[in-house]
Amino acid sequence: MIELDKVNKWYGALHVLKDCSLAVSRGEVVVICGPSGSGKSTLIKCVNGLEPFQGGRIVVDGVSVGDKATNLPRLRSRIGMVFQHFELYPHMSALENICLAQVHVLKRSRAEAEARAMELLTRVGLTDKARAYPGNLSGGQQQRVAIARALAMDPIAMLFDEPTSALDPEMINEVLDVMVGLAREGMTMMVVTHEMGFARKVADRVVFIDEGQILEDAQTEAFFAAPKSERTVLFLSKILEH
Amino acid sequence: MFGGFDYDVILRSLPILWQGMQLSLLLTGLAMSGGIVWGTLLALMRLSAFAPLSVAAGAYVNCFRSVPLILVIFWFYFLVPLALGRPVGPFYSALIAFALFEAAYYCEIIRAGIQSIPRGQVLAAEASGLTYWQAMRLVVLPQAFRNMVPILLTQGIILFQDTSLVYVVALKDFMTAASVVANRDGRLVEMYLFAALVYFLICFAGSYGVRRLQTRVAA
Ligand SMILES: Nc1ncnc2c1ncn2[C@@H]1O[C@H](COP(=O)(O)OP(=O)(O)O)[C@@H](O)[C@H]1O
Ligand SMILES: [Mg+2]
Repeated sequence: MIELDKVNKWYGALHVLKDCSLAVSRGEVVVICGPSGSGKSTLIKCVNGLEPFQGGRIVVDGVSVGDKATNLPRLRSRIGMVFQHFELYPHMSALENICLAQVHVLKRSRAEAEARAMELLTRVGLTDKARAYPGNLSGGQQQRVAIARALAMDPIAMLFDEPTSALDPEMINEVLDVMVGLAREGMTMMVVTHEMGFARKVADRVVFIDEGQILEDAQTEAFFAAPKSERTVLFLSKILEH
Repeated sequence: MFGGFDYDVILRSLPILWQGMQLSLLLTGLAMSGGIVWGTLLALMRLSAFAPLSVAAGAYVNCFRSVPLILVIFWFYFLVPLALGRPVGPFYSALIAFALFEAAYYCEIIRAGIQSIPRGQVLAAEASGLTYWQAMRLVVLPQAFRNMVPILLTQGIILFQDTSLVYVVALKDFMTAASVVANRDGRLVEMYLFAALVYFLICFAGSYGVRRLQTRVAA
């Protein structure tokens, strides 16, 4: 469903992604981890064309992302994305946040969009917050609205970029629970996170990236039991300490 | 002429002064609207990644900001009829001059407003399938304008004062009306004092309102 083949990207002279190859099949959950600045956000933003890349190929559901002829907005409307800092629109209520792209991209009627939004708010446990503005919601609630906003587009895959790392510890689980639910329902997911508990629970594979290179790509059990690269071992020992 | 303060001349001239004030307010309102619309387009052009657009908009802004407003009003009084091939009257030429001139200032205000919105907002909007222009229209501009209302209104108050410059094209705004009466009746002190008082009250009240709004927007 998502295939990266020898992807290379530079920010000026900085070589951020080096020959990254990775495949995510339908229904698979792949967790990506690695030190800060290693290129995780850049990699995941390349998948839906939010960042251009200079070498290699990315194909999502048969569509080549880097191709000039590709209708990127159309492709993006089919891939949900959740950000570290939620990025809800602060001038709109939770309900309006979830309706915006449904109405303007999918051309759903307002009534249809609102019905779908309410359904999803119920699913993430925020039925009573439909009229609330992001400024009045906790971090965990905002992130759950953001997930609902992405799901409202009925995506074929979901991308998560450190969805819980801006949250207070006591709010992490309410967001992870929603993500676990999605994974168990068979959603195709690429998740940048350091929540190894989440990885062990639902990930099919774990990928370790360092300095723009994919150093490890293994079945979850194997990844934790016998990491191949030394840097993976070092990284795991650091984040599993606490 | 300094013999006794004549309140009566003010009362007698109120109807003509009111007519002038209506013209001043109309000119301010229309020029502001036009200036904000054109200024928004200019700001989007300046922020465009397409160099010819951003360079053209930048040149426009710098040109208008380097010329005194009064000259612009003069030029348009002579140039607009030439360009259109028919007379348009001082009101429309002045309106066009003000709108185009103000747009240069609004452009810079709006550009800063757009840039103050975090980039993540555009990313989130684009990630959901909205085009760049939809993201601007639905996500960035509404937030930017909400933050900018106080500055835009302050610029409007300055514009209101500047509309008094239309005396150079013989338009009867409030200031011109006061000045006409002053000279006709030989009551310069009364009329100019009264005009100053009116401008002061309106602009003071306006600024006060903007400050109240500012604390509400900030909250
Ligand atoms: N817009 C940008 N311009 C220049 N350099 C960037 C930009 N975004 C990220 N980088 C750099 O690219 C590298 C990878 O960044 P990122 O993908 O955000 O890492 P991660 O998400 O793994 O922490 C870092 O060194 C970062 O400083
Ligand atoms: Mg990151």
